[in-house]
Amino acid sequence: MLHFNLADQYHRGSSLIHRLDPRIKILGSVLYILAATVLPPGSWVSFGLLFLGALAVSALSGLGWTFALKRSFVALPFALAAITLPFTVPGQPIFQIGGLALSAEGSIRFLSILVKSWLSVQVAIMLAVTTAFPDLLWGMRELRAPQVLVSIVGFMYRYLFVLADEALRLMRARAARSGAGAGKSGGSLLWQGRVAGGMVGNLTLRAFERSERIYDAMIARGFQGEIRTLTRPPMTDADRNALLFWMTYLAMILLIGFIF
Amino acid sequence: MHHTLEVENLRFTYPDGHPALFGVSLSIAPGEKVALVGPNGAGKSTLMLHLNGILQGDGNICVCGTPVKKETLGKVRAAVGLVFQHPDDQLFSPTVFEDVAFGPLHMGLPEAEVKRRVSKALASVGMGAYVDRVSHHLSMGEKKRIAIATVLSMDPEILALDEPTAGLDPRARRGLINLLRDLPQTILASTHDLHFVRDLFPRTIIMDGGRVVANGPTESILHDTALLEAHGLEKP
Repeated sequence: MLHFNLADQYHRGSSLIHRLDPRIKILGSVLYILAATVLPPGSWVSFGLLFLGALAVSALSGLGWTFALKRSFVALPFALAAITLPFTVPGQPIFQIGGLALSAEGSIRFLSILVKSWLSVQVAIMLAVTTAFPDLLWGMRELRAPQVLVSIVGFMYRYLFVLADEALRLMRARAARSGAGAGKSGGSLLWQGRVAGGMVGNLTLRAFERSERIYDAMIARGFQGEIRTLTRPPMTDADRNALLFWMTYLAMILLIGFIF
Repeated sequence: MHHTLEVENLRFTYPDGHPALFGVSLSIAPGEKVALVGPNGAGKSTLMLHLNGILQGDGNICVCGTPVKKETLGKVRAAVGLVFQHPDDQLFSPTVFEDVAFGPLHMGLPEAEVKRRVSKALASVGMGAYVDRVSHHLSMGEKKRIAIATVLSMDPEILALDEPTAGLDPRARRGLINLLRDLPQTILASTHDLHFVRDLFPRTIIMDGGRVVANGPTESILHDTALLEAHGLEKP
């Protein structure tokens, strides 16, 4: 049996962070990312304090100080979208490459964006590894995220693997028939593109048909357009205190960032 | 006494103009276990989808004495547990618990009752320990069992199973046969697996070309080689 093995990000555990209410964790992560985003460029002290916060969460989760740090570098390439800033933002030139001048202001802005995205990714990683996916969905629903959006995320999570399995099977089937004959083998780039395009179309059709069968299975069990879930134990005082503490910490960082 | 399932002169044409059922009639008594066999395209799955009103053709269908109409769909869907051929279509929730709870929750049952039914349904298919598992990581046999649990939790009177043994290895298949034998529900199962039919179902209905072409004791139908061959089946 072919199986697409994309390991679940969730790491089972019973640490303080694991036990927090999912709603608190989602809110806390969003607030952290917001705080990192609104800080002015070059607030290095605040960035440092934010980084300490991310490290502390990682340590408290029982996964080790550097758990999120080590996994956060995957996101850095995306920050390269801002690479043009040092050249386009006017200011004190600090370096000359050919006819292009690297400005100090632009470089600070670029580095700040780099640090901000890197910090945000660490917190997002901690959220994903300490919260089981169904809990995340529940938390989003409870926080009044749009129903349709939450359902789409839920189905995507469930069927991403199934689709990946199907894609893998199609690719094997292609590989099995791509033998080398006496002549030139492999086909032109155009031909390969056509085969790949056909596979994508094939997968889309399969996904479409599957969605109809899933919908049938849902209405067969009484679905009438509204997803219902069981209620869960309410937030505890410990949850509320944790959120309060986190907000105070973020407010302090913002204050430092804007004053200095 | 009413029949658990009564289908009378059911006709159906798909929206694209492809006719699928040409006047199907059958009835099943409470507690009966009946096999529905026939070649691909005979209309077996189409008939199954009519049993709880997902498709609605011309003719009469009564489930536990209730006619299948728009107004009665809620009641009918609680009475007929439809298990689809591919468990990946049936298990659409993130966890096993949520999938088994889906039916009872959408029937509007109180939460304590939902939880009770989930544990009962999972226990009756021998999957009690799987409640927090993620469906993707289960084997085909486990998925089939849980797919059955997702409708058992609705406490149906009749189970309609589409190709329940397809894709199972011999051990999982044997386990499924034993499970179905022990279930008290009325069962209508469409299948190509005639060994399975012989082991479990006292009565067999053969469909071909959108019609019922034979309906009687499994013993005599499976011995009628000419009949079986005429409808693309092989004597087990």
